[in-house]
Amino acid sequence: MHELSIASAILDAVRSEAEKRPGAHVTKVGVRIGAVSGVEPEALSFGFSALVQGTDLEPLALVIEHVPRRQRCPACDFTFEVTEDSLSCPRCASGETLLAGGEELDLAYLEVED
Amino acid sequence: MDRILLEKKVLSENDRVAARLRVSFREHGILCVNLISSPGSGKTSLLERTLERFPKGARVAVLTGDIQTDNDARRLARFGFPAKQITTGGTCHLDALRVERALADWPLENLDLLIIENVGNLVCPSSYDLGEAAKIVMLSVAEGEDKPLKYPSIFAKSELLILNKIDLLPYVSFDIARAREYARQIHPGMEILEVSCTTGQGLDQWTQWLEKRQEAADLHG
Repeated sequence: MHELSIASAILDAVRSEAEKRPGAHVTKVGVRIGAVSGVEPEALSFGFSALVQGTDLEPLALVIEHVPRRQRCPACDFTFEVTEDSLSCPRCASGETLLAGGEELDLAYLEVED
Repeated sequence: MDRILLEKKVLSENDRVAARLRVSFREHGILCVNLISSPGSGKTSLLERTLERFPKGARVAVLTGDIQTDNDARRLARFGFPAKQITTGGTCHLDALRVERALADWPLENLDLLIIENVGNLVCPSSYDLGEAAKIVMLSVAEGEDKPLKYPSIFAKSELLILNKIDLLPYVSFDIARAREYARQIHPGMEILEVSCTTGQGLDQWTQWLEKRQEAADLHG
């Protein structure tokens, strides 16, 4: 449960961006959360709203883009999205595949109104 | 309405401090390892067994993270090496800034090895780089063997898996072959050590692993 720390880091970024644009109001912040980032989107949204509530940042929306887990098969050099529990390569059936994506915890964009 | 593209990591501030720590560790020839497990897997016991094997005057120090109490640091300080508690006051992981602050009054030139015992948690510590040379994940046989599948990120990022409490195997339903298989499924080629802090099994291999890693740190330092 470190979503509150993550939400707080997102708000720090929003504030530092807002300082660069005096008079503008940040209305929306877009983040990308990977399936194995360890961050639970619902808890993040909850923590985010709690931190924003009652501050000058209101109203501020959080938009979360989910990134699926991806694995790469070194045997046949194939990268695939993991849709079920199995991590085996759907092309050559090798069971030894490497984590290739889904750990994202990225700030993608801000929307501001002047 | 304007859209400003940021395209940076949410934890870029943590990563910046971690990079600074990593440079400092390298400059001082320090091997820093970040030990991560669930609560109760035996991190502190492993550190006790580790510290008692070091000769007096060995250049080793320990930082230990907990939400509350300095019990672990007190347990570890008995061995005569620097040991400091980082009490996070509710936060479920250590971050790079807390580590940097804790190290501020320690002369790094007196150290060769720094072991960071993270807060007991397999999820959150995985996101926070502490500037370590290697993450080490520990799993005890009193837990489920499917932990690597449930917490893939930390198993994918850790160089070494320590299977602790191996002496309890006859009394629990833990399937050690499965645990190894799952770990290597998540992290092909992952190094795995079987250890018991009670009987001492595997502790030689563990200290050898540290020595080997330390030589590698010296070569690059």
